[in-house]
Amino acid sequence: MPETMPILEVANLVKQFPVRKGLFARAEDHVHAVDGVSFSVYPGETLGIVGESGCGKSTTARMIVKLVEPTSGTLRLDGEDITRHTAAEMWPHRRRVQFIFQDPYSSLNPRMSAGRIVGEPLENYGIASGAALADRVAPFFSRVGLRPEQMKNYPHEFSGGQRQRLGIARALALNPGLIVADEPVSALDVSVQAQVINLMMDLQAEYGLAYLFIAHDLAVVQHISHRVAVMYLGRIVEMAPKRDLFASPQHPYTETLLDAVPVPDPALRRAKNVLPGEVPSPIHRPAGCHFHPRCPHAEARCRVEAPEIREVRAGHFVACHLASPDS
Amino acid sequence: MTIATTATDLLRRHPSVLIGAAILCAIMVITAFAPWIATHDPMAIDPMVRLRGFSASHWLGTDALGRDVWSRAVYGGRVSLAVGLAVALFATSIGLAVGLVSGFNRVADAILMRVMDGLMAIPAILLAIALMAVARASVTTVIFAITVVEVPRVARLVRSVVLSIREQAYVEAATVVGSRFWRMLWRHVLPNTLAPVTVQATYICAAAILIESLLSFLGAGTPPEVPSWGNIMAEGRTYFQISPWLILAPGLFLATTVLAVNLMGDGLRDMLDPSIARRM
Repeated sequence: MPETMPILEVANLVKQFPVRKGLFARAEDHVHAVDGVSFSVYPGETLGIVGESGCGKSTTARMIVKLVEPTSGTLRLDGEDITRHTAAEMWPHRRRVQFIFQDPYSSLNPRMSAGRIVGEPLENYGIASGAALADRVAPFFSRVGLRPEQMKNYPHEFSGGQRQRLGIARALALNPGLIVADEPVSALDVSVQAQVINLMMDLQAEYGLAYLFIAHDLAVVQHISHRVAVMYLGRIVEMAPKRDLFASPQHPYTETLLDAVPVPDPALRRAKNVLPGEVPSPIHRPAGCHFHPRCPHAEARCRVEAPEIREVRAGHFVACHLASPDS
Repeated sequence: MTIATTATDLLRRHPSVLIGAAILCAIMVITAFAPWIATHDPMAIDPMVRLRGFSASHWLGTDALGRDVWSRAVYGGRVSLAVGLAVALFATSIGLAVGLVSGFNRVADAILMRVMDGLMAIPAILLAIALMAVARASVTTVIFAITVVEVPRVARLVRSVVLSIREQAYVEAATVVGSRFWRMLWRHVLPNTLAPVTVQATYICAAAILIESLLSFLGAGTPPEVPSWGNIMAEGRTYFQISPWLILAPGLFLATTVLAVNLMGDGLRDMLDPSIARRM
């Protein structure tokens, strides 16, 4: 895959939110939401990003579509640097990267009909308007499993799963190469989650879409992703092809995440390897490896020296001093 | 569910809108058709029948100059309603514009909101009296003075609503699908501000009617030759103990009108609350 050009290239992306105390005080501290994240997404593939809440995965997703301005680092879309693009400069590029929101309720304007919500991107780029708009929108409704007659309905008349289908149809309307999906199924019932994920996989096969799929649930990511990145406290700690990551996790944090995935067979229930402690504050982070206070294998070196992310095997990247290339 | 059945259903659930609207409509019809409904010329002085009580020829009695109180109250409603509606219209339009600009532009926000704070710091009645003092007494001046007083309330409301709407995911979604500023404003922000602004408009209408009466009562409002509920009561105040109807008649009209407008406002507030609408 690395022979082709990535559709999205993220390098050393950083986002810090200032913490102000008092009315006129200058920013004293920063929330290090995203702390030097690098990855690429290739056409037609799905990169899953998992991590606990607060690990910076959503901020990363929002920076890619410029809902949040990066503090530093670079974002390249089809090779073009969009890191410092203003709203006007970003406008033509929005056709190529679309976004699916986590909350299917607040992400649809309650006072617009479903047809107009899905048709809005087409109007924005002058693809269709007026009477022709409905004809352009109807196929998207059918494609995501809704009936074209539902175009005149308002968001409150749809169920959560149907609303997320509307969100997918809206993201699909401009025929983008990449869709960033920020926990698209975490607000849905488990049975509906599977339907929506299967729909997204069908659409990927049909349109050759690339997904950046954010989730806090490894089981969800395992199903849809080709590659998986694990984030902890603003950094990617491990990134590998799906099979590789699930079969032989190299980072102790990934191991405990995998242990936390529920096994449906009680006979196979393993002794759970539960992490002690809490995720440290992203304002005052531990020195060295951010994970060392909770790591069962931490050594003296881990407390002082932050591990670089390195390739221990073809395509398998780990940020851990203790991961050996031959294990 | 069609729109018509939704509307009747809503009215059944919020009867106060219907009751308020019905009372208000009745009062509007009465004042609009004042020349036919009044039994006398509201200005006609008849010294022979000064301070008479209720009778067949003077339904609500007469005042100190022998003018018919019913006719004067009916005509007086014209000023009150005109002021109420005009102020509600102007104050909401100007407030909406100011609020939208402050909600979108931080520099304009800092300036506009300090001006609004300044206006709000002065008690409404005093500010209106001061504005009346520098201009000639007329209904137009009264409308202007009360509008100045009410604009900051709408502006602050719209600003806060705009700021909260801008945080909504559907506005971010519109950004991502490439919606430009005007489409964002027109399609996503404005329609979602209209519900609270409509409710606020009814409260402003009620407040304006009261302030107008108060200004007229104090002699700082509508000129004395134009009958309005406020100055009818002001003139009747002197004779209150011997002929209480001079105050009661316009007072009841005023109270009923304000009550009707407030009922409508409360009902609309419950009806348009999106969290309730969403549960339908």
